[in-house]
Amino acid sequence: MIVNSVNGESMENALRACCKGIKIGKILIHREGEDNGQQIFQNQSMLRQCRAVAEAEAIVKDVAETELHSPPTGVCSFGFAHIIHLSSSPTLTMSAFVGKYAEELIKNAKYIATPGKGILAADESTGTIGKRLSSISVENIESNRQALRQLLFTSPNALSYLSGVILFEETLYQKTSDGKPFVEVLEENNVIPGIKVDKGTVEIAGTNGETTTQGFDSLGARCQQYYKAGARFAKWRSVLKIGPNEPSELSIQQNAQGLARYAIICQENGLVPIVEPEVLTDGPHDIQKCAAVTETVLAAVYKALNEHHVLLEGTLLKPNMVTPGSDSPKVAPELVAQYTVTALRRTVPPAVPGIVFLSGGQSEEEATLNLDAMNKLEVLKPWTLSFSFGRALQQSTLKTWGGKKENVGKAQEAFLSRCKANSEATLGKYGGGSAGGLASESLFVKGYKY
Amino acid sequence: MSCFISKYADELAKNAAYIGTPGKGILAADESTGTIGKRLSSINVENIEENRRALRELLFTAPGALQYLSGVILFEETLYQKTASGKPFVDVLKEGGVLPGIKVDKGTVELNGTNGETFTQGLDGLAQRCQKYYDAGARFAKWRAVLKIGPNEPSELAIQENANGLAMYAAICQQCGLVPIVEPEILVDGPHDIKKCAEVTERVLAACYKSLNDHHVMLEGTLLKPNMVTPGSDSPKVAPEVIAEYTVRALQRTVPAAVPAIVFLSGGQSEEEATLNLNAMNKLQTKKPWSLSFSFGRALQQSTLKAWAGKEENLKKAQDALLVRCKANSEATLGTYKGDANLGEGAAESLHVKDYKY
Repeated sequence: MIVNSVNGESMENALRACCKGIKIGKILIHREGEDNGQQIFQNQSMLRQCRAVAEAEAIVKDVAETELHSPPTGVCSFGFAHIIHLSSSPTLTMSAFVGKYAEELIKNAKYIATPGKGILAADESTGTIGKRLSSISVENIESNRQALRQLLFTSPNALSYLSGVILFEETLYQKTSDGKPFVEVLEENNVIPGIKVDKGTVEIAGTNGETTTQGFDSLGARCQQYYKAGARFAKWRSVLKIGPNEPSELSIQQNAQGLARYAIICQENGLVPIVEPEVLTDGPHDIQKCAAVTETVLAAVYKALNEHHVLLEGTLLKPNMVTPGSDSPKVAPELVAQYTVTALRRTVPPAVPGIVFLSGGQSEEEATLNLDAMNKLEVLKPWTLSFSFGRALQQSTLKTWGGKKENVGKAQEAFLSRCKANSEATLGKYGGGSAGGLASESLFVKGYKY
Repeated sequence: MSCFISKYADELAKNAAYIGTPGKGILAADESTGTIGKRLSSINVENIEENRRALRELLFTAPGALQYLSGVILFEETLYQKTASGKPFVDVLKEGGVLPGIKVDKGTVELNGTNGETFTQGLDGLAQRCQKYYDAGARFAKWRAVLKIGPNEPSELAIQENANGLAMYAAICQQCGLVPIVEPEILVDGPHDIKKCAEVTERVLAACYKSLNDHHVMLEGTLLKPNMVTPGSDSPKVAPEVIAEYTVRALQRTVPAAVPAIVFLSGGQSEEEATLNLNAMNKLQTKKPWSLSFSFGRALQQSTLKAWAGKEENLKKAQDALLVRCKANSEATLGTYKGDANLGEGAAESLHVKDYKY
């Protein structure tokens, strides 16, 4: 009788206790990725080691006919093999949920965090993209939305600086004008498609304008659909604000729990969850206040992720940078870098492979300079620091395009320029100078919703 | 700042980082009077102050040993003791480049309504005591919280109470200039497997770091003293590489990079086991933004005690035994231990005592 079990060691004791004199032979299965694939378990009655259950079955059938006729000490020979599979997901004993997608999640999260690459956040909802289009006097109809995204995704060479693109649901199913699905365009260029899965924020009653994020209804089923359509990561934006009494404990808890629940549902369905607890820049507070709030929020988020058994190695963090409030004087990138990295070192466990900052209203150039300063900082950073920029990657591109076909080439060049600049920033190698006048324009919108 | 910046902030960060110096670690010599009594009686030595003093002098003056130590944890009595020639132990340590530390908890008491779970006492007047200890030369402190694994343990209550106690203790220490060693020990007792230990360890550590954040503790000025992740005492042992993998992964998932060093407790492992496990961790090729070192009590002193047996003529033998373990563990912090330390009598002996209290 062959038993495929994760808790082999404890099962062995129980077996020996109830079946005196039983002879047990063991085959160790250790899968690559789950555990560095490097252990060597020392056990004198081990028959073999292999990489997968199917292999083990093959070994058993093979062994049953050959070796077991002259078995090693402690293993008896028998004429047939009866294979029983016990549950292979040790959900009850691991702090983190290790489901069937675990290896894939870890691999994809790590890939997105590749140094030199980052994420284009192109997941503006229909309403929000409408505001962008109207700012360049372009009508908010599907073909224009399609044209804009096609412009971005087919920008020559730009994709080489991206590891992922976040899409809105409509875009996930759109194609180029030649009929090629956007998802394929991205995949062919080694860019992982991602999908925004939240359904916006709603106010928490009894608070001063604080919000929670909705989107849980049928989230699992939706994730499965998105996975089938080619998405491999997801994004969910939680929002917190700084005020005299904000963020409140209620708001912190609600948003942290929401992020954790969203994250585990994603992982159950094969999508790497990007965890985004954005602390808005709005306000007259100084950088120290932003740091204190960011640290408190992140600590709550990681406690919640632990409670919900989220596999940190298969997640990414998308936080705000730590900066002075929008009504406060700006500070140098080096200071932003110092406060931001300190906050992250105090709260984000090393198991998280990458941190991809939101740009939150900073100009294109500001965001790049701050990211670059962080990567130049001489301090130990156990996660890569990269970008997940929306406005800070698209602003100049949008303005240059103006909705006109004849401007596509120039617009794509502007886009390439920002992608390249941010790629260099992730390596701490940005030299400045790709700032056109447009790149220095602040993109801050008070109380920004998207 | 999320953390409270005490006037000692720079000193705390400096001392915590120093204790985490690769190649060095901590000797936990803070056995309470009752506990050291058990050790002494195991070698037929009377538990009187002079003998306790003699043992500690043996340890602190062992030639060549101090270079492998960055800190020694003392019991209150020892903080004020001297060598036979009249030199304060604190000075002996300082001159040897070793920071004196002090145990500040007052032992555990049971939590009502639980199945033998405990919380740790010692918060009353803690600030005043810490100030006194700082004046006497101490620069770090230690507080041991204890949790156990059982069908329904550790309970949420036990986790929260102990995490909260550790955080309050840590905040007070920092206000008084002492680097707090945060020790949430999960006892090895039980038939559970290594995965269960990993799950509990991750849950407990997550709660600890949330609490430390709530209490505005400056992580750069703290140290962690956790259990290694191992199978339960009633379960078959596993290889050091497995222990290393599960332990480091649990720490990667819970301990922020701002913590400069993690100094493991030995918790009943034999001297050699503890060293081999620590060595395996430092050989592991994976993300470790904190240094991994030791804060061993039994696992540094066992052979030494047996070699001494309370007799002055055994002094050199005993000190040699201590040096062997210190050097071995120093190498283990660098991942260079070859397992060739002269095993003194008792080095391979399990030091597990069921439901250990000290």
